Amino acid sequence: MSEKEIKNNETEKSLSLEEIFEQRIARDEKIEPKDWMPEKYRKTHIRQISQHAHSEIIGMLPEGNWITRAPSLRRKVALLAKVQDEAGHGLYLYSACETLGISREELYEQLHTGKAKYSSIFNYPTITWADMGAIGWLVDGAAIINQVPLCSTSYGPYARAMIRVCKEESFHQRQGYEIMITLANGTPEQKEMAQDALNRWWWPSLMMLGPTDAESVHTAQSMKWKLKRKTNDELRQQFIDQTVPQAELIGLTIPDPDLKWNEEKKGYDFGAIDWDEFWQVVKGHGPCNKERMAARVNAWEKGKWVRDAAMAYAKKQEDKKLKKAI
Amino acid sequence: MKNENKIQYIYGIADNALILGQRLSELCGHGPNLETDIAMTNMALDLLGQTRSYYQYVAQLSGDGKTEDDIAFLRIERQYKNVLLVEQPNKHFGYVITRQFFYDVFHLLLLEELQNSNDETVAAIAKKGIKEVSYHQRFSSDWMKRLGDGTEESHQKVQEAVDDLWRYTDELFHMTDDDKIAVENGIGVNVATLREKYEQRIKEVFEEATLTIPETKWFQKGGKQGIHSEHMGYLLSDLQYMQRTYPNMKW
Repeated sequence: MSEKEIKNNETEKSLSLEEIFEQRIARDEKIEPKDWMPEKYRKTHIRQISQHAHSEIIGMLPEGNWITRAPSLRRKVALLAKVQDEAGHGLYLYSACETLGISREELYEQLHTGKAKYSSIFNYPTITWADMGAIGWLVDGAAIINQVPLCSTSYGPYARAMIRVCKEESFHQRQGYEIMITLANGTPEQKEMAQDALNRWWWPSLMMLGPTDAESVHTAQSMKWKLKRKTNDELRQQFIDQTVPQAELIGLTIPDPDLKWNEEKKGYDFGAIDWDEFWQVVKGHGPCNKERMAARVNAWEKGKWVRDAAMAYAKKQEDKKLKKAI
Repeated sequence: MKNENKIQYIYGIADNALILGQRLSELCGHGPNLETDIAMTNMALDLLGQTRSYYQYVAQLSGDGKTEDDIAFLRIERQYKNVLLVEQPNKHFGYVITRQFFYDVFHLLLLEELQNSNDETVAAIAKKGIKEVSYHQRFSSDWMKRLGDGTEESHQKVQEAVDDLWRYTDELFHMTDDDKIAVENGIGVNVATLREKYEQRIKEVFEEATLTIPETKWFQKGGKQGIHSEHMGYLLSDLQYMQRTYPNMKW
């Protein structure tokens, strides 16, 4: 066979593999780590799953900021457990990502050098206790809307991780809303604290659902691979329609003068989102981008001697066992 | 036994759990890797859970409408009866693990005796805690070995922590007046009798960890009398911030 013929043959072969792959996805079959997959599928999944894992780990920081200052023992324990759950989510997701042939060290490297992104919402500061309520209610609320469809995404390890993540997230969301209820029913100072947190977290939460469909570069491909089931704008509408009555119920006001029920579309119309702010934060210039990254890099670098020690010790133990066996 | 003596006796145990739990909470999200982060948060959760059980019982005993939160957040520094060891700062991971190890070994020995207390509530809290604290001791012992017998750097770092923190271990075995009354009434544990087993356990682990107990005759004390190190005020500023800034509110 000539070189050209070999090439043609290979293209045909990979085309047919790709066809089989696309058919499996269309039949809602799960793709598993050892299955053949197009390189682009692998790369897209590494990007999305790692972004998701990084968001969990960075997301520990703004809430971790209030653990030592939580106002009651019950709240302190609940917040600790919540932040710990996020570490657990990070762990499942990194593990899922590793099945695609990338190591955890490489993933961290991408995060620490700014090559990989994480959810921009965590670049906002947590300045009062009410922020713990607002994050649980709004940020976890928006996350669930993003994530529930992923429980049936095509890549098996990701879908299975997401089932566990979603169960815990919905618990977190209820916990956050419950903090808001308590504050909203509390003293005038507490109510003001709750309203102020809603004012600050509302718009970033809407942005969390991603750029508008017109601006979203990955949507079409991701929909095809069932990595996405609804567009960003659809998800945003769902979030708003679900959250507005919850705010009303506890007597808080959504900070959007243009928010209005639209009977025709059976959903809320809402005001313009400040996408300049969104891109500013995405590009690394939000209020806490630098602090978040510094905290991660610091923990990783300061932990190096500890991880090295664990490796060295494990090796010594292994050598001892080997010597005994001989 | 007067309720007030019993309350003071319980503070002597519970405040250690609160303050160590608070110290561990500071680390959540900043651990050397995810697995260790999760494990340390687990220990914080166990300790704070134990704290709540003790304080809820104290609240019931005092009968003056106080809640667990009043007890945790609204005492003045001199009223906290934790040992100096547990309030020492998270200088680096070697300090965190050494502090934990020095406390865990004591804590487990204490609870093993305390489960025989003739106060049913105290006995029940102790019994429940044994399972948790056995895990803590396993975790911190394993890490003492890894750090001690890991790399040269880790050995030096953890030995530095041992040298600094050993001087706080003697206080663990001091008997306060309230301790004595509690022992006389069959409620409390004579901690002085735990020392031998404690040192034995430390030696066993140190041998494997290739670490040395410093030869010092000088020890620090005061926590059990409410005379704390300078670190304590800052820890309490964080801990009490919300309750002090917004008094008399429900959260």
